[in-house]
Amino acid sequence: MSRKIELDYLTRIEGHAHLLIDHRPGKTCTIKLEIVETPRFFEAMLQGRHFQDVATIVSRVCGVCSISHTLASLMATEAALGIECPPQAQLLRRLLSFGEIVQSHLLQLYFMAVPDYLGAASLFQVLDSHQDLVARALRLKRVANRICELVGGRPVHPVTTCLGGFSAKPEASQLKRLRQELVAALPDLEATVELFAGFTYPQFTRQREALSLQPDNGYPLHGRTLLTGNNSTFPVDQYRQHIEEYLVPHSTAKLARSKSGSYMVGSQARLRHGFARLSPMARKVADALNIDCSGLNPFENLKARLVEVVHYFEESLHAIDELLICGMHKICGNTSATGSGTGTAVVEAPRGLLFHSYRYSPDGLLENADCIIPTAQNLACIENDIQCLLPGLLDQPEEILRRQVEMLIRSYDPCLSCSTHQIKIDFT
Amino acid sequence: MKAKIGFFDFAGCEGCQLTVMNLENELLQLLKLVQVVEFRELMTERATVLDLAFVEGSICRPGDRERLQQIRNRSKILVALGSCADNGGVNLLGSDRSLEVLRQHVYGGDLPHLYTETPQPLSAVVKVDYRIPGCPIDGQEFLAILQALLLHQQPELPGFAVCVECKLAEYPCSFDYGQVCLGPVTRAGCRAICIDGGSHCRGCRGLIDNPRTTPYHQILEKHGLTVTEILDQYRTFNIGEREKGS
Repeated sequence: MSRKIELDYLTRIEGHAHLLIDHRPGKTCTIKLEIVETPRFFEAMLQGRHFQDVATIVSRVCGVCSISHTLASLMATEAALGIECPPQAQLLRRLLSFGEIVQSHLLQLYFMAVPDYLGAASLFQVLDSHQDLVARALRLKRVANRICELVGGRPVHPVTTCLGGFSAKPEASQLKRLRQELVAALPDLEATVELFAGFTYPQFTRQREALSLQPDNGYPLHGRTLLTGNNSTFPVDQYRQHIEEYLVPHSTAKLARSKSGSYMVGSQARLRHGFARLSPMARKVADALNIDCSGLNPFENLKARLVEVVHYFEESLHAIDELLICGMHKICGNTSATGSGTGTAVVEAPRGLLFHSYRYSPDGLLENADCIIPTAQNLACIENDIQCLLPGLLDQPEEILRRQVEMLIRSYDPCLSCSTHQIKIDFT
Repeated sequence: MKAKIGFFDFAGCEGCQLTVMNLENELLQLLKLVQVVEFRELMTERATVLDLAFVEGSICRPGDRERLQQIRNRSKILVALGSCADNGGVNLLGSDRSLEVLRQHVYGGDLPHLYTETPQPLSAVVKVDYRIPGCPIDGQEFLAILQALLLHQQPELPGFAVCVECKLAEYPCSFDYGQVCLGPVTRAGCRAICIDGGSHCRGCRGLIDNPRTTPYHQILEKHGLTVTEILDQYRTFNIGEREKGS
């Protein structure tokens, strides 16, 4: 029996997506993950803008990872124009990234993924039956956002970040208070680990390529070298020789592939490459969750995300200690840049690698911008996953099939406002 | 009966909806007063009727107009959430070039599914009852406006400029740092958060009702700033503001 399934309203993901599956017996199954989000042309809009304004504008690509966009943008401009960011400012930037990743991961884990495992349509549905769980989710998310507020001024579109570092810094007393709040949240984190250790994850594995920053300076976050699936490395400036973006008729997001095909970015890629660099507490949590550090099962993206939450929590405590001990004397370098230049920067955003690459004219105006966002890199990987997952599901009722496929897509935490398009998944 | 509220989005970054979700301290209390009946980012459920619809993002495609009209039809009150919905916001930054040029630039091609029109605020398509300005919105202002609406009162936006909030907080003036600040003409309500962060006001909340342009020009001249610098700053969030006001 031939079967055509269309999921045209994917929920609990950031952005709009549809999935189309076309199955004819004896023939291959066609899968299209349609991204129908509106193109917003940011790369073109940046053209002609002064380097001082670029990060503020490009941050608006995505509210969910606005901190990552801001930092990648600032670092790309700094690389292009030779602006230095002092070590203490780099540490503050790391702390800011920790806050964003933890808050983004917690939002995905509790608000988008947990309902699947509780058999609910949303967390709002279980407000009464799972009061503790909801309250805990909110408490944890609040602490993560406190990091973003204190360091970035606010969680969405930060205001203290600037070329060369920061235009404002937290007081030592505020950092001490934040440290207390982080420590006080540890029991909530423990309860979260128990919760996710108790879920049964769908069994499915597929060999996927992974791409992340090289864990040379600790667990991948900010860096200048990328690490590929076959253990080779390349400098971030050479990304165009390794990553190709391509257009498909069913997506307003450009997809990305490496020479060897689709690849994954994000928690599981980072974990595969950086497992040895996890914090002690995160290593324990990885054991408790019985995690497969090679990350073969995409559904276990959730576990990887939770391990990272714990890791970045612990790293935040260390970063605060270091800031308090060393003081924050110099939080901004000399930003009086002149002259033209080209620069690329890559950060590990919550969902994976985020590339910004700019070229500036001698008068400091942006001539060309190129951004590759994490979800655009994961899309082809998700399509390939679905292709492998489907044969085992085709004899199942549509409800079950739909649920599994949605859970798979959700496990990647696709962020399509970022890719500036929606996904339409048509099962034909 | 709890008020049924929903969140919807068009072309934008979802940062305004995220700002609502970031109200962790207030969310549980809020949910005692309202029932969230539709919010694609967080829930699978959908609603047929709503008391209050909060809509983020700009309208860029024929399909957007239809979807917005449907949201309008099933909502008693519709509120524009954030600058993209309110006046087009940053989405209009490319509006000095043709859409063909933009498509060619970003995609290197012109496929039918990439078709968009010039981004429009919601008010170009449907009646907007209230608006919450800002990029992103201010969470506390969202709560204040929601509270007013639940009490059947008219929500009000501050009629004074960001400069007032800035001066009350005793922040040093951005102009004295040699920056172009739009604080003197931009609507207050953000507690001058960007100036507190060591930056300057970029005008994301739109113009106040009666901007005092002459004194403002004097300030700019006094600090030796050029018209290009001023317009560049103004353009970031306010290309759509003039059309909206006329």
